Amino acid sequence: MSALLERLAEARKEGNVARLAEAIPYARWMQIAPENTTGELLTRMRFHPQLIGNTFLPAIHGGTLGAMLEMAAIFHLLWETETETVPKIVNITVDYLRSARPVDVIACAKVTKQGRRMVNVFAEAWQEDRSRPVATANAHFLVKSDADAPPSL
Amino acid sequence: MEKDPRIAVFQQWFSDNIPHNKALGLKVIGASRGFASMQLDWREELVGNPETGVLAGGPLTAMLDGCCGMSVATMLKAPEPFATLDLRIDYVRPAEPGKPVIAEAECYRITRSVAFTRAFAHHGDAKDPIAAAAGTFMLGTKGKPTRPPLADKP
Repeated sequence: MSALLERLAEARKEGNVARLAEAIPYARWMQIAPENTTGELLTRMRFHPQLIGNTFLPAIHGGTLGAMLEMAAIFHLLWETETETVPKIVNITVDYLRSARPVDVIACAKVTKQGRRMVNVFAEAWQEDRSRPVATANAHFLVKSDADAPPSL
Repeated sequence: MEKDPRIAVFQQWFSDNIPHNKALGLKVIGASRGFASMQLDWREELVGNPETGVLAGGPLTAMLDGCCGMSVATMLKAPEPFATLDLRIDYVRPAEPGKPVIAEAECYRITRSVAFTRAFAHHGDAKDPIAAAAGTFMLGTKGKPTRPPLADKP
């Protein structure tokens, strides 16, 4: 059983989803963590100067938005679905809608289609105003442990 | 081998001057018209799964976005701001722990408003990719141009 799934079990027992990020070095470095303070599972990327991609606007780097949308999808799958394995990302398509200002970015995710081996997830990121998203993404994840898997996590 | 002076220029514009690329430690290793290449060295902080040491998807996403963007910059006749419109990434196999990742991007078509790019990430053998990317970029967006032109300097 992976450290992340052990952490998931602990987080469930404590009712504190934020603990999931502790098991992922990249999430810690990026200051990306899930939260469920409002009853809805959200993922927050805290603003820090290393996220900047355009110093003139200034704006957050598009790559970091893609990264946090991917993490939001993973946290959603771990927390909201009965997963027996850490989801493995197959692909992701990110649409950039607005430049992201140097403040926190928040994302939510939902499962569009749950298959036996494959899940399709939609994720959306915004800053102060939820009705003005900065980026959206669609991603596929393999969720069966014996599936012939590539990817990252 | 003589060092290409264009590499130093793009290293400055695309890594040293872009805080997130600098934080990742992206190194520009190739720059020519329509083509960009970067290297990302493995680091513990960038790992997705500490048990395997495999990089998270995020660093690859940021690197491929940056590399595709740089390939667009090499096509511009005059400095012009641009922004990523969309980016698709296929993660075809896990990156191997400890190994540097190389990204190679091509801007294969540019119009007045949109630039189209493709990229692969690999460990040195382009025929054995880790990830494939397709990115489109909107040209003439707001803000100051942050990239130097290359198209008129072969």
